[in-house]
Amino acid sequence: MSITEILFWFLTAMALGSAIMVITSRSPVHSVLWLIVTFFAISGHYIMMNAQFLAIVNIIVYAGAIMVLFLFVVMLMNLNAESEPQKNRMLQFAGLLAGGCLFLVILASLMKATETSSMVQLGSGNEGLIKNLGKALFNDYVIPFEISSVLFLSAMIGAVLIGKKEKAEHDGN
Amino acid sequence: MQALTNRAKQVERQPMSFLERLYLVAIFKGMLITFRHIFKKKPTINYPEKKRPFSPVFRGLHILNRDAEGRENCTACGLCAVACPAEAITMEAAERQEGEEGLYKEEKYAAKYEINMLRCIFCGLCEDACPKDAIYLSETFAPADYQRKQFIYNKQELLIPHPVKEPEAYKKALGNRVPREKINPAI
Amino acid sequence: MLLALDLALILEKLVLIVIVVMASLVIAMYVTFAERKVAAILQDRRGPNRAGPFGILQPVADGLKLFFKEEIIPEFSSKFLFILGPSMAMLTAIMTGAVVPWGDHIDFFGRTVSLQIADVNVGILYVFGVVSMGVYGIMIGSWASNNKYSLLGGLRAASQIISYELAMGISLIALLMVTGTLSLKEMVLQQQQGWWNFCYQPLGFLIFLICAFAECNRTPFDLPEAENELIGGYHTEYSSMKLGFYLFSEYINMFVSSVIMSTLFFGGYDLIPFYDESAWGLSANWMAIIGLGALMAKVVFFLFLFMWVRWTIPRFRYDQLMNLGWRILIPLALVNMLVTGAVILLKQNNWHF
Repeated sequence: MSITEILFWFLTAMALGSAIMVITSRSPVHSVLWLIVTFFAISGHYIMMNAQFLAIVNIIVYAGAIMVLFLFVVMLMNLNAESEPQKNRMLQFAGLLAGGCLFLVILASLMKATETSSMVQLGSGNEGLIKNLGKALFNDYVIPFEISSVLFLSAMIGAVLIGKKEKAEHDGN
Repeated sequence: MQALTNRAKQVERQPMSFLERLYLVAIFKGMLITFRHIFKKKPTINYPEKKRPFSPVFRGLHILNRDAEGRENCTACGLCAVACPAEAITMEAAERQEGEEGLYKEEKYAAKYEINMLRCIFCGLCEDACPKDAIYLSETFAPADYQRKQFIYNKQELLIPHPVKEPEAYKKALGNRVPREKINPAI
Repeated sequence: MLLALDLALILEKLVLIVIVVMASLVIAMYVTFAERKVAAILQDRRGPNRAGPFGILQPVADGLKLFFKEEIIPEFSSKFLFILGPSMAMLTAIMTGAVVPWGDHIDFFGRTVSLQIADVNVGILYVFGVVSMGVYGIMIGSWASNNKYSLLGGLRAASQIISYELAMGISLIALLMVTGTLSLKEMVLQQQQGWWNFCYQPLGFLIFLICAFAECNRTPFDLPEAENELIGGYHTEYSSMKLGFYLFSEYINMFVSSVIMSTLFFGGYDLIPFYDESAWGLSANWMAIIGLGALMAKVVFFLFLFMWVRWTIPRFRYDQLMNLGWRILIPLALVNMLVTGAVILLKQNNWHF
């Protein structure tokens, strides 16, 4: 077994194990922390696939910023195991169905994917750096990229609107 | 209203200019002020190595005085205890026996003499009240201690060292003080 | 396959890692001492001068005191997370040193040893990733303390660090457009040839500096531990060496951010801009020592700046802090980025529109 293979299996076990812990943890704070571990394992996988930029951005944006906000909200809401609301059985079933569908879609896309590169090249491999990524994004995938940016813009406007509305009500009182 | 002095200064309250609103200039000015303090003289004195000289009128720890032959001056008259506003001084008088002339100057002496340093306010009235120059306030202060009872100083702790038997310790305890009998031999 | 790895390389890197970690710990120790001394001198005092000659053993005494203090873990806290908090803070503080080029290279018995632990091609982004992890140390610790003041301090720290990370990142993007590389080593090499990056990006440096102050939780941005509002902030419940870890990680962060600032904007281990030091004809080892000295001189200046500002400027109010971050620094950084991009485009076009 080569060192890359060992790393691969280690990261895989880490990702799956911590993902299971996210679901099974009773405390929401622990769930969030396990999710961060999952992100780290996935970043490790990105590095193994020579996508260093994606890996580091995954850590900065997801593990470093978004999960902090998650943690923020969870801590402020003071959720704990005792006050966990009972979920409807139908809702649970619907969730299972939706999750299964997502799993199937990912599986189908993965079946079609072809293996491109094998070995990790951290010092010299420049495939996964911004230059190539930028060229790919702005040449081959301009339309999906722009559409997703419109999505982000709408989300931003929505957030601003929510903030404004609360302030207007507050002023009215 | 008529101003009493011409030192009054009208405060200018104009809206801040762009440069002022940047605050960078103000921050830089403030930092220059603190930087200048690096070169200023430090007023702190490294205490145990270096001691600040006391003023000649400093009133520190009490000392029971002896005369030049080493006899105790105190006659236990009680004037110091009466003068003491904090009631820190207690004493018991005793009569001088035959053969004790070398120990005590007068026929009456203090067998017990205590000052409670926690009560004492170091006003120096005892020194002023004493007709025999038997008590004075030295240029040292009471050291810290762990127990309250340690602060009640007895006669042995207050007495100045014997000038004939321990001349060096006597000189040290005397410090810069000029004995009053040298200033005014009438006492 | 495992045995095929260069054993000497692993050994070399291990030694380098140990040296860098130890050095940053010792330097952080003496930065605590320097902070007390500088504070004293700026306030016309003398500062610690009792432990050892001129008080140079003071940090050792402080560390020993922290070690021997009673360790208290609050009863209603999550014990694992309570210990994880300071450990994370310390870990993330130390990890940044891995990508910093401390010098060019040394010849060690015929072997060329690079004075950089890992020349990762995403160098500066790695630093950024580690810094963004740093907030977890504070957040986890503050939540695990099960104390309202701790939690408030942790929340303040989290929102402050996230807010200022944005401006920091945008000011960095402008710099990256100038240098065209993410590797710290290459940036230093570029600056050795020409101007230091500070000359190209003065505004970017100013924004980066302010954000570095905020990221390190230093005055005037030390709201997470504002003692008059939050008792001790996120480390209220901590005692003994766990408290020491929190305090220590702050100083390591200060040291590391000084190193990063001098590497990014002031030429790293470059002694004189525009001058090829290799013309002196010194051996590589001497050059490495001179380079390290130059880097350390810059770092000492920045550390002094950190302290100087701390003892001059009072703390912000929280809304002022957020205003500065979101309404001033981020737009300023964006403008800086746009102007830099426009100038670079113009330059590529030979100054024609």
